[in-house]
Amino acid sequence: MTHDQTASLEEEEAGDRPKWDNKTQYMLTCVGFCVGLGNVWRFPYLCQSHGGGAFMIPFLILLVLEGIPLLHLEFAIGQRLRRGGLGVWAQIHPYLTGIGIASMCVSLTISLYYNTIIAWILWYLFNSFQEPLPWSQCPMNANLTGFVSECERSSPVDYFWYRETLNTTPTIEEDGGLQWWMVLCHICAWSLLYICIIRGIETTGKAVYVTSTLPYVVLTIFLIRGLTLKGSLDGVKFLFTPDLTELAKPSTWLDAGAQVFYSFSLAFGGLISFSSYNSVHNNCEQDAVIISIINGVTSVYAATVIYTIIGFRATERFDNCLSGNILTLLNVFELPEGDITDSNYNQVVQRLNETYPEVFQQLDLTTCNLNTFLIEGTGLAFIVFTEAITKMPVSPVWAVLFFIMLFCLGLSSMFGNIEGILVPLQDLKVFPKTWPKEAVTGVTCIVCCLVGLIFLQGSGNYWLSLFDTYGGSIPLLVVAFCEMVSVVYIYGIDRFNDDIKFMIGHKPNFFWQATWRVISPLIMFFILIFYFVTKLSEQLLYKVWDPESDKFPTLDEKQYPVWINVIIFILAGIPSLAVPLVSLALAFYCTVYVDSSVCSQEHGMYH
Amino acid sequence: MLWKVLLLLGLSSAWAQKLCSPGASDGYKVRLSINSALGDQAYVWNENEMFLFRATLAFAMRTYSDGQEYDVANVVVCDETPRVSFWFVVTSPLDASLLVDKRRVEEAVRKSRSRINSAFLLTDDTLEFIGIPPTLEAPVAPDTPPWLIAFGVVMGGVGAGIVVLLVSSVVQKIRKKRDGEEETGGKTENEAASDAIYNMSFSDDEPVTQM
Repeated sequence: MTHDQTASLEEEEAGDRPKWDNKTQYMLTCVGFCVGLGNVWRFPYLCQSHGGGAFMIPFLILLVLEGIPLLHLEFAIGQRLRRGGLGVWAQIHPYLTGIGIASMCVSLTISLYYNTIIAWILWYLFNSFQEPLPWSQCPMNANLTGFVSECERSSPVDYFWYRETLNTTPTIEEDGGLQWWMVLCHICAWSLLYICIIRGIETTGKAVYVTSTLPYVVLTIFLIRGLTLKGSLDGVKFLFTPDLTELAKPSTWLDAGAQVFYSFSLAFGGLISFSSYNSVHNNCEQDAVIISIINGVTSVYAATVIYTIIGFRATERFDNCLSGNILTLLNVFELPEGDITDSNYNQVVQRLNETYPEVFQQLDLTTCNLNTFLIEGTGLAFIVFTEAITKMPVSPVWAVLFFIMLFCLGLSSMFGNIEGILVPLQDLKVFPKTWPKEAVTGVTCIVCCLVGLIFLQGSGNYWLSLFDTYGGSIPLLVVAFCEMVSVVYIYGIDRFNDDIKFMIGHKPNFFWQATWRVISPLIMFFILIFYFVTKLSEQLLYKVWDPESDKFPTLDEKQYPVWINVIIFILAGIPSLAVPLVSLALAFYCTVYVDSSVCSQEHGMYH
Repeated sequence: MLWKVLLLLGLSSAWAQKLCSPGASDGYKVRLSINSALGDQAYVWNENEMFLFRATLAFAMRTYSDGQEYDVANVVVCDETPRVSFWFVVTSPLDASLLVDKRRVEEAVRKSRSRINSAFLLTDDTLEFIGIPPTLEAPVAPDTPPWLIAFGVVMGGVGAGIVVLLVSSVVQKIRKKRDGEEETGGKTENEAASDAIYNMSFSDDEPVTQM
């Protein structure tokens, strides 16, 4: 398609193709898609476990070398070819349709379980409208003589999460049946999503004014609140204390690269689709840089806020641990209150240990340690943070705010995921043309809702982490790598440069050339190999909550049953293999049926 | 005469002390944590406070046990420590050498626990009877769980919204069809589409991209 043809195509399409009402909606939608739950609960964990402030160095370097080029590439290709995530690859070369199908499959896999996480968030949100919060105390047992044993042995937050929310089974084979309360929240989550995407970007464009901005408001409120709590600055200091020796380890760089990649929601097809609704002369280079910076800054900001609250919780736990030990010592040695305080605790302990060593050994005091931060993922949001909230005054308010923020973060990411499914489905002509958009989105939501019922069983949590680990990691890396190679070497980097010059007025400078041609594909390749090797070489273990096990309340590790390998292959293998397989299938099909519309290029490369 | 009375008193107190000893089978250990409960407002534990304790316990025995007239003297205390912990036993009002059974004491303490606590401005945690766990309050269970109410509100709103949006798009379609039919002949599809350009809400009714 020549440039003149593109310009005229844009005029023709003006009636058919959706358009953004204004640039703000487009930027907010992209920011919302990129900024998600991972910024809040994965980045702080990585930051703190890989040397604190020092982790910023690989993170920022890889953000610039990997994130921004890939983002610019996806924006430019979508804006230029004016197709969604499947159409652009078909247009570059029909045999590359496999890339589009792979990214559609990955978007589908991720949408299925991501909305279940939103359902969990909604469950916690609905339960936040009461005082005291249900996860702040253990429920009573049947004959009211004490607390439920499972809760007493672990903690109220653990019990609420594993028993009252998930009602989790000890193994993945026992499915435990559907949990009706989660089914209700699941239906609510899909309904809320449906109402936002019912008419495509016309409705999502309105929804993102709230879903993309509210998290920042809530984060700021939490920052102000957090800084006034005792121990918050210790948390922030702990997070950012640099340990430069971590930079020498390759795993730090690989984790940073993977985090940048997943954080940008690349290879889903959603970003290409959103960008294709722009006018052809929109400055996609500027957009890519701005959104990358916003994403990076948000990660750091969210980490700071989270760790002020975590620091408060750790200090609170430490104080409680110390008070508990002091009380035990006072009771056993019959000393008057006030003899042992926080300041003279260590000397008193030493003195008592010397004078009454046998009694002291029997006591078995727990050593109180401030460094109990290392939690990530759902554990951070639903266990650690919820516990911290119960210790703050007026807890229901903070709980409601926190879960609304998580809900907005998740929902705005879901918009991009769903776009990555809907547009390819339309391109593949799965739905009849006569169906209105409301029906298409409705059917998609209903089907995903029904399939998502797997995650609402007792073993649902294990299925979800299975999908997350295998369905959401390797296929995305494969697709991203193929995307880069296709654009740079099959479409042609010179053609691409000319296109960008046509769109924004100047040719991309040396930085873009270097990163697109060499640096970014190399980085993607290394990360892909690393992931592949680690995933294949590690044993297939998963962590379970088993009240019967010896390690309770720590999570026990069990081996996956053999048939899980089939599932893993379907999740990770099929999308990854779709790229070469579809290509071969089409090559075969097209040599036989040369005139078929699938094989010709509508606005082909060679015109 | 006086020496006989003194001897009797001495003997009886010695006798009583023999009844009460740490680890007595019919006795209980009590522990108070006044400083942690009251902080600055903490009172000093002295003989008078001990008297109040014995009087409170005697009250509990009177009210919730067999109805006999227990007196302060029937509550014998021993082994006081600076921690503020001590052992006590309860003797029968009819025979000072007989101890009241452990279970009756426990029952009386259980039933009057809140009275005893409030007499000392303490709580179940800070006034401990070792061996008598506090009866936990039955939690208040509302008829409808609060989360269902929040869920109902949200689902109601969302359902109403979906219905409104679907109905409005159906109405628009009917209106468009009616307008299209009213035009006499020759309004081509293209013109109909270009009319739609200027009304943004129509722009998404058509299916979007073609390959």
